[in-house]
Amino acid sequence: MSGMRAFLDRLHPHFVKGGRFEKYYAIYEMVDTFLYTPPDVTTRAPHVRDALDVKRLMTYVVLATIPVILMSWYNTGYQANLAMAEMGVAETSGWRGAVIGMLGIGYSPDSVFAAMFHGFLYFLPIYIVTLAAGGICEVIFATVRGHEVNEGFLVTSMLYTLIMPPTIPLWQVALGIIFGVVIGKEVFGGTGKNFLNPALTGRAFLFFAYPAQISGDSVWTAVDGFSGATALSLSASGGVEAITASGVSWMDAFLGTIQGSLGETSALACLIGGAFLMYTGVANWRIVAGVMLGMVVTSTLLNLVGSDTNPMFAMPWYWHLVVGGFAFGMVFMATDPVSAAMTNLGRWYFGALIGFMVVLIRVVNPAFPEGMMLAILFANLFAPLIDYFVVKSNIKRREKRIQASLQ
Amino acid sequence: MEAALSLFVRAIFIENLALAFFLGMCTFLAISKKIETAVGLGIAVAVVQTITVPVNNLILNFFLKEGALSWAGLSDVDLTFIGLISYIGVIAAIVQVLEMFLDKYVPALYNALGVFLPLITVNCAILGGSLFMVERDYNFSESVVYGVGSGLGWALAITALAGVREKLKYSDIPAGLQGLGITFITVGLMSLGFMAFSGIQL
Repeated sequence: MSGMRAFLDRLHPHFVKGGRFEKYYAIYEMVDTFLYTPPDVTTRAPHVRDALDVKRLMTYVVLATIPVILMSWYNTGYQANLAMAEMGVAETSGWRGAVIGMLGIGYSPDSVFAAMFHGFLYFLPIYIVTLAAGGICEVIFATVRGHEVNEGFLVTSMLYTLIMPPTIPLWQVALGIIFGVVIGKEVFGGTGKNFLNPALTGRAFLFFAYPAQISGDSVWTAVDGFSGATALSLSASGGVEAITASGVSWMDAFLGTIQGSLGETSALACLIGGAFLMYTGVANWRIVAGVMLGMVVTSTLLNLVGSDTNPMFAMPWYWHLVVGGFAFGMVFMATDPVSAAMTNLGRWYFGALIGFMVVLIRVVNPAFPEGMMLAILFANLFAPLIDYFVVKSNIKRREKRIQASLQ
Repeated sequence: MEAALSLFVRAIFIENLALAFFLGMCTFLAISKKIETAVGLGIAVAVVQTITVPVNNLILNFFLKEGALSWAGLSDVDLTFIGLISYIGVIAAIVQVLEMFLDKYVPALYNALGVFLPLITVNCAILGGSLFMVERDYNFSESVVYGVGSGLGWALAITALAGVREKLKYSDIPAGLQGLGITFITVGLMSLGFMAFSGIQL
C-alpha cells in the first residue's frame, strides 16, 4: 500500500497549480481520495470535529446497499431461470449464454449460485454503463468547474442501477444517468447543491421518455417473450387477491422473490440496509418513521373509506410495505440528506408527505401502478418550504418566550 | 359536493396552471426569489382568480352567450365574439381595485410586488382560468370552485418554487445559467415532480 501512496505522491506535483496536468487535478484528486483519507483540514474557523465526513457518509450508503445488491443478483437470475424452466428454454442466447455455458453453471432455478450468477450478468453491464456514462459527466464538470469529483456519485450510480429493470437497453441507462447527473445535480454545482435526488431524476426522465422499456409487464424478467406483471400492477386490477392468486405470498414479497426492478423487490434486504444506515446516523430515522407513519395512516384511512370499483382501496399497509419500491425508496431515496428536509420537525412532515403521496398515487392514479419514485420527487420539491416554515415557527416561538420573560 | 371536491383537487394539483399548463410564467419566474413575496403574489393571484372566474362566468351567461340576453328581450343575439375583451376588461378592473387596496392597507407587499402587481392583468394564468371556464362550460358554482382551486394551485406552485430558489442560493451554479436559466431548469424539474398527478381520474 505504501508503494501506491508513494506513486500518488510522486504524481502530485504534476497536477497541482503550475504542473503539467493542472487541468486534470480533479481526476487525480478523485483517485487519491478514493483510495486514501483526504489529508485536508480546515484552516479557518468554524471548525467541526467529526469523524463523519462526506466520504465516510457516502461509503456507508454503498455498504448498506450490499444486501440489496446480493438480493438483486439472486432474484433477477432466479426469475429468469424460473421463467426459462417454465417455458422450456434450455439456454439464453448472446454473450450471457456463452459465459454461462463456458463456465458450465447452468440455469437451474433451484441453485442459488446459478441464479446469482445469471442475475449478476444482468446487473454488471447496467452498472458499468452507469459508472462510465455518469462518471465521464462528473469528471468533465469537475475539471471544467474546478470542484472535486465526489463520492456522492458512487451512491447515485449504485442506487440508480438498483432501480432499473433488468432488461432495459443500455443506451437508455446511459441517457438516464447523464440526465440525472447533469440536469439533476451538476448544473446546480454538484453534490450537496441540488434539490432533487439525482438517481430518481434520471429514472423519472426515462420513465416519462421511454415508458415501454421501464414499465409494463414484460420488462421485469430477463427472458424474451416472458410476460410477468409486478405485484402492484396485478393489484391495480384485482387487489391483494390478484397478487396471491398469482402465487405470490406476503412472505415472497417480503423476501423479494417477485417481479420488479433489480434491487427494489426485497423489503427485507432494504430494511437490513436501512437498519445499518439509521444505526450509523447516515439516514435520519425521523424521515423513515415519517414515511412509515404517512403510509400506514393513509392506507388505513383508504381501507376504511373503501371503494366498490377500485380494489386498491382495500390494500392493507403491510402489503404496501413489501410490494413495489416502497421499502427501497423509504430507506435509500427519501433519506438522501441533500434533497430531504433538514430540520428535525421538518423531516417528520417530509416523510409523512412521501408516505401519503405514495399511497395516493398507487391507489387513485390509474396511470402509474407504482408511486414511490414520483412521491419522493414531489416531496423533494416541498422540502425547502417545509424547512422554511419550521424555522419560522421556531423563531416565532422563541420571540414569544423572550417577550414573556421580559415582562 | 363530491364533484365540487374533485374539481377543486383537479384544479390545484392535476391541472396546475403553472406546472401543468405553464401559464403565468413571467411573474412565476420573476417574483419567486423570496418566499415572503412569492406568498404575497400567490395570494394576490388567488384572490384575483377567485373573483374574476365567477364574474366572467356571470358575464358569459347573462350577456354574451347565444340567447343569454333573452332577459332583455333579445333572445337571438350572440355576443361571444367580444368574450376576450370583456374578460380582460373585468380582470383589469379587479386588479386595479386590488392594487388600490394593497397600496392603502398592505404597503409593504405593494412595494415588494412593484410593477408585477398591475402586470397580474396580463398574467396568462388569470385569463387562462377564465378561458378554461368558458371552454369547459362550467356553471356558476363550478366556476367559483375552479377559480379558488386554480388560484391556490398557482400560489402553491410559486411558493414551492420560491422555497427551492431560496435553497439554491447556496448552490454553485455555472455563470451562464445563473438567474433565469437555472430557474427554467428548476421549473422543468418541478413539473416532472408534479407529473405524479397526471392521469388521475376524479
